Order: sequence, then structure tokens, then C-alpha cells
Amino acid sequence: MTEAVTQSDVTISKGRSLWSDAWRRLLHRKLVVVSLMVIAVFVLVALGVYSGLIAGAWDKQVGPRYEGPSLKHGFGTDFLGRSVWRKTLYGAKISLTVAFVASLISICIGLPLGAIAGYFKGWIDELIVWLFTTVSSIPYIILILAFAFVLQGRTLFGYPLRGITVVYMVIGLTSWVGLCRLIRGEVIKHRERDYVIAARAYGCSKARIILRHIIPNVVHLVIINFSLRFVSFIHAEVILSFLGLGVKGEPSWGVMIDDARQELYRGCWWQLAAATLAIGLISLALNIVGDALRDALDPKLRQGLE
Amino acid sequence: MTSYIIRRLLYSVPTILGILLVTFVLFNLIPGDPSYELAGKSASAETIADIRHELGFDRPRFLDTEALSQGRIAAAFDSQFFNHFRNALTLNFPRSLTSYEHIWDEIRSRAPASLSLAVPMFVGLVVTSIAIALLVAFVQGTWLDTLLVFICVVGMSIPMLSYILFGQHYLAYELGWFPILGYEPGAQAFKYVALPCLLGIFSGLGSYVRFYRTVMLDEMRNDYVRTAFAKGLSSPRVLFKHVLKNAMIPIITTLVLSIPFLFLGSLLLERFFSIPGMGSYFIDAFNSRDFPVINAMVFMTSLLYVLGQLVTDICYSLVDPRISLR
Repeated sequence: MTEAVTQSDVTISKGRSLWSDAWRRLLHRKLVVVSLMVIAVFVLVALGVYSGLIAGAWDKQVGPRYEGPSLKHGFGTDFLGRSVWRKTLYGAKISLTVAFVASLISICIGLPLGAIAGYFKGWIDELIVWLFTTVSSIPYIILILAFAFVLQGRTLFGYPLRGITVVYMVIGLTSWVGLCRLIRGEVIKHRERDYVIAARAYGCSKARIILRHIIPNVVHLVIINFSLRFVSFIHAEVILSFLGLGVKGEPSWGVMIDDARQELYRGCWWQLAAATLAIGLISLALNIVGDALRDALDPKLRQGLE
Repeated sequence: MTSYIIRRLLYSVPTILGILLVTFVLFNLIPGDPSYELAGKSASAETIADIRHELGFDRPRFLDTEALSQGRIAAAFDSQFFNHFRNALTLNFPRSLTSYEHIWDEIRSRAPASLSLAVPMFVGLVVTSIAIALLVAFVQGTWLDTLLVFICVVGMSIPMLSYILFGQHYLAYELGWFPILGYEPGAQAFKYVALPCLLGIFSGLGSYVRFYRTVMLDEMRNDYVRTAFAKGLSSPRVLFKHVLKNAMIPIITTLVLSIPFLFLGSLLLERFFSIPGMGSYFIDAFNSRDFPVINAMVFMTSLLYVLGQLVTDICYSLVDPRISLR
């Protein structure tokens, strides 16, 4: 999956920033470009669904029930005669929203906690390490289900928690541990670097050192981590919705798989196939881009390859 | 060695207490009082009082200050908070709200079914994926390598639910190679567990092979591998005699990482194939909003995971004499 970098490439790349260099490396590889386009299409579909241009009429009956895939109905129809194609498109909105908001929540918890634990030694570090060791000791799926179970149907500051809100809150609140551990380890390394010592000598405040000096130097790890974690968020949404703890009243890919379970015994495989294809395609593209991003942004790994 | 094991054991005490704290917040603080919800709309006051008593919600939350002021120290700690810790640490869980069975008895009677699925799945998954990873290491750097890695990524992109649904429908229902669902204890269990086990192995194979391939390739960059090749040893000999032995160290440490996958696998597979194990117990408890059962299961699975990590660390220090706990 990795591409040999020629000598001339390395000499040209001097003087470019990490980001523009990484971007060039990504565009060098055909498979990555194709994957980026696939992701772009999914994002456009999701935005289209938000604006109501695409799949707005997903709940309309378009033909007889249990109709197989054809030119007229695309992926066929489900048990209520609704178009499976529209439901699949609509699912892109749910999946990407969940993965995106869950990532934001997770970064908002993991990044500051990791940076604080790494920068301040002593009891603060020990407390945060204890916290993430504890959370990571509860098997992920059990933790997610327990959180979903407890939060479903409650109100938070007068705002009722149900459906998709619970899904992204649950995934976000349970998935910050990996990032926190990663950032803490990296900040510990950076704390003793010359540039941090220099900033300290200038009299910068601790908050300024962390926010303006250290975080910009570790932020690429956040991007790598989340490009790879996006896939697990999408799959978690599917499982939660399938178990009835997630999205209700809207067609997500997990809901589609749940519907398909009943339909399979009538020989209707298309709804399951459509959902599997959609999940598989976006996951594949995200996996490829995530791996490529890691190769492109992690200079240590790059040296190992050259 | 003994001192290492003792210190490692002590390290897991704060983690276990932390897990209990998390479950307390989850099941006692956030939900408030679930008794009304559990009792149903037309419940009498006595029923609700019974449920409150059974769940311990009639006790003070943290500390019985009234008892403390009267000087009864032992009674003062008879609160929700302390009982939560005491019950879990003595494995003396309350009774299930739906079946009225003791949770601990239920867990014991269901454990064999879970293990008969999880153990073959785990062993099969690890052995197959290491074997395939070694094969991939043979063809490292060729187009076949790229193709196999691509297939792995495709395999891990497909959700596990799809594997299970397609497998159950086509292999069991249409082709009739396996029973569709059900379970029998004893030797007959093999028949029922075969398909879920195969599906579990198949759905995990992609990420496992890819992971072990990296482990093998990292190991192959070492000097001793170059020396072995320079001596003129054949590639199978280098891979099996040299690389595999040294790769066992990182492989052992990562075995524990697969425990969460096993839980997820067992949870979904047990539900689909009606295997009366702990996974289906957990999901049934969800559907009937059985708080005590979910609470106990979260604690028990976490305890298993912590113990798994403990055993791994001890194995690691046995295999690699350089490791010591600072």
C-alpha cells in the first residue's frame, strides 16, 4: 500500500510545509485520489439530504412491496414499497453526521485532557491516566451500550435526548481514550524540547505554551487518529441503530439492516445488499485515505520507508 | 518475579474501583429512580416500594447522616454508594427484575454456552490470521501482497452484521449446511456453534491479518533476519524459526486487544443464533430495562478484561526477560 519515494522527490520537498507536502503525497497515488472522490460524493449526498434536494421523499411509496432491483426502482423496494435507493442516500446523512459530531465531541474531551496530563506532571497526570485506564477497561461495545441505555430518553438541560443525538453523544463520550493517551505521550516528548524551553524562558504562560506552541505540533496526530476512527464510528452507529438504541423514524444504514432481517426470509436481499455496499464503500475509502494520511503526515514512518 | 506479579495486581485495584465508580454514576446517579418506569403505569404503591427496596433506592445515596449522628457507624455506611461497591466486590448481585433469579447463578449457568462459542472463535481467529500473515510476509513487496492487503481492507470495511445476516441466510437457511439457530449443551453444542464461530472468524480476519502482517514486517527489518538470509537460510526457515518466534512477543501483548472484539462478536452472534450465553443475557436485559443485570454484566465483563490484561502482562514478562515494572 506504500509507494517508494524517489531521491528527486525528497530534494524537491524541502522547504514545503508538512501539510502541503502531505497533500502532494496523497495526490500522487491513484487509489487515494479515487477514495477521496468517493468520500466527497458521500459528503455531497449528505449535504444534499440536509438541504432537502436529495431523497426528501424517502418515505413515499414508489411501487409494489418487495420489488427486486430494476432499472425503474434502482435497488428495489422495501416492505412498505419505499425506494431502497432513497433510503440508502438518506443513510449517508445520518452516518456522516454521527461520525462527524462524535469526532468533535471526542476531540474536545481527548485533546485537552491529553495535553494537560502530558504537560503537568504529578497528581493531575495520575488522575487523568487513572480516568482513561478505567474507561478503557470497560469493553468498548459494553460501554457504548450501557451509555446508550442510560441516556436514551433523558433530558439534558431541558433538551430531550433521543434518536441520533444519543448516538453521537454516546460514541463521542466513549471514544476519547485513544486520542487522550496518544496526545499525552506526544506532549510528554515535546515538553522537554528546546522550543518549549525557549517559550518558557520568554515568560509565556502555561496556557499559551500548550495552546500556541505544543498543540500545533501534535495536531496532525488528531487528524490521523480520526481519519482511522471514522470507520469505527460509522460501524458503531449501525450496531446501535440495529439494536434499537439509536436512530428512530429515519432510515439509517443500521435501521435498513434491521428491516432487511425480516425481508431476507422472503428472499429480499437487496435492502441488506444496498446498506452493506454503502457502508463498505465509505469505510473502504476512509480506510485507504486514513492509511495514506498516516504515511504522509508521520515523518518517522516516512524515514522507515525511504 | 513474585514481586512483579504482586505489584501488577495492586495496579489493577484503582482500575477496578474506577469501574465501580463509573457504573455507580451510570446506574444510580444519572437515571434517578427507575422504579416508576419499571413498575408500569398502573402499579400500586406497594409494588413501587418493593422495587425501590429491591434496587436499594430507598436507602440514602452516599452516607446515612442520621445513623452517623446517632453513633451507629456500621449503619451509616448502608447507603446506595457503599452497597454498590460491596455487592460487586463480593459478587453478591441483587436479583434480576424480570426473572427474579440471582444474577450470579444466571451468569454461571450461561458461561459454558458463551465459552463454547468464544474460545474456538478466538483460537481459530488468531491461528488462521497468523498463518495468513506469514504467507503474506513471504510475498512481501509483490503485487500479490498489495492485492491481499487490499482484500483485508475490504474485509474489515464490511460491517459484521452483514456477514452474520448473509451467512445465516445462505449457509444455514438456503443451503442447510448448518442449523439455523438454537443450542444444546454438551457434545451437541459443536453442531450449533460451528456456523457462528466461522462467521466470527471470517469477519475478524481482515483486520487481524493486516495487523499481524505489520508485526511480521517490523520484525523482518531487524538485523538478525538479514544475518539469517546472508547465511543462506531458506525463507521458510527464516520465517518459521526466526521471525515467528520473535514476533510472538508483540503478538502475545496484542491478544488482549482482541477481547473487546470477542465481546462484540459474542453479543451479536449469540443474539442471531439464539445461543443462551452471557451476550444474549445482556441484550435481553436491555430490552426489558433490567437495571441490576446490566450493571452486573458491565462490571463482570470489565473485570474479565482487567484480568485478561493482567495475565497478558505476566505472560509478557515471562516471555521477555527485559520487561520490568517501574
